[in-house]
Amino acid sequence: MTWRAALERQRSLLDFALLALWRRRGKNLSLVLVYGLTVFAIASVVLLAGALRAEAAAVLAGGPDVVVQQLSAGRPALVAAEAVARLGAIRGVSRAAGRRWAAYADPVSHATFTVLAPEGFEGRPGEVELGAGAAAAMRWKPGEKVGLLGEDGRWHFLEVRRLLGEETALVSTDLVLLAGEDFERLFALPPDRFTDVALTVRNPRELTTVARAAVGALPGGRAVTRPEMARTYEALFDWRSGLASVVLLGAVLTFALVAWDKAAGLPADERRELGVLKAIGWETGDVLAAKLWEGVVISVAAFLLGVLAAYLQLFLAPAPLLAPVLRGWSVLSPPLRLAPSVSPLELATLFFLTVVPYTLATVVPVWRAASTDPDAVMRS
Amino acid sequence: MSPVRPSSRLGLAALAAALAVAGCLLHARTLRAPERRAASAALVARLGLTDLALFTEASYTRHLALADRLAPFLDHPQAREHFPSGALTAPPAPPEAR
Repeated sequence: MTWRAALERQRSLLDFALLALWRRRGKNLSLVLVYGLTVFAIASVVLLAGALRAEAAAVLAGGPDVVVQQLSAGRPALVAAEAVARLGAIRGVSRAAGRRWAAYADPVSHATFTVLAPEGFEGRPGEVELGAGAAAAMRWKPGEKVGLLGEDGRWHFLEVRRLLGEETALVSTDLVLLAGEDFERLFALPPDRFTDVALTVRNPRELTTVARAAVGALPGGRAVTRPEMARTYEALFDWRSGLASVVLLGAVLTFALVAWDKAAGLPADERRELGVLKAIGWETGDVLAAKLWEGVVISVAAFLLGVLAAYLQLFLAPAPLLAPVLRGWSVLSPPLRLAPSVSPLELATLFFLTVVPYTLATVVPVWRAASTDPDAVMRS
Repeated sequence: MSPVRPSSRLGLAALAAALAVAGCLLHARTLRAPERRAASAALVARLGLTDLALFTEASYTRHLALADRLAPFLDHPQAREHFPSGALTAPPAPPEAR
């Protein structure tokens, strides 16, 4: 048989399989829908996790090389200026900068802001720059005065200088930037105390060595290197974390249930159909091939529908189904305007998980029925 | 005129699916990820930021990279980690230097 004839034969078998599927269209369409929804759930998590990981890796690459924290009785404590100087003197450290930032629970909106006094704050004392989410939560606009409740129990009013760009919301939505003096007044802190220390290291290969030296220079301290920070976001939606494992387990159980239902046996009408095909002279191989096509069409359709719907949900709409999950109990949450970053390996895994077990499960009972006597099959 | 074969209809459906996939790829390009990320990366470098503002519900979930495994249990000794974002990420690995 030439390859053209073989192709035509397979096409005829595919035609037969499609007609058979169409005869039971109600059942098959609902199967594709449920199967597609399962793929959609798992693909949504896979695509969201991939996009967030890519965003974190690209955006946070320019962060501090090492961050050193002081601990006191297991809780983060303030670092003294002389400790910052000690850290700066470590061999390999080109710069040690005390960072001043704090979590501020706003009594009006009940949102938690990150109040940060950056080194090169571009505004004057008495001014603030706000992240898009913080400004929206409090309806603060540039030029207006905003009130922040200080730790001295008094309200401190600062003028909104400008809002940080919405395109940076994923890192800046809850930020309140102000001058060092205002930070000290708001949190009643002396000027020589810092939240933690950011180290710049000359040689990236020395990060761990410098981190160890930093802990030696600041007993009771804790040093986190940039690769360790990056690993935190690589673990986002890790399969061992709660939500991802629940979705994966649900999907695997659904795939198993559908495959088991197929493999357990054929309905009477399909058995009769098989018997008739065998009786009129179809070979077992042809029957199997036609059924294989049915399985492939159903599972590939479900895979494509599920993955495309997941893409539309995540990247065309701002993830209406998953955004509330990410939001949790947060009052402020950045809008999820992510760019897709699809891992071919994860997509291939999902494809094989969707298509292969179902297709194989379709063939098993057909092979059992097709290899028995047609008369027995039709009478059973 | 011979009737349209079902496999031809399937071919059309496959073509539509391929167009939809191509549409997704084109759409991904229009999102201008590198430009948007460059703005955020510049802000991260200028302010020395360490974290994404994904989970602002608690200070240790806002600054995941700097949180330690003890953080959720500071409320009281037998407290469970009870924020929803705890179900989305594994705990940060203990730093090599502590």
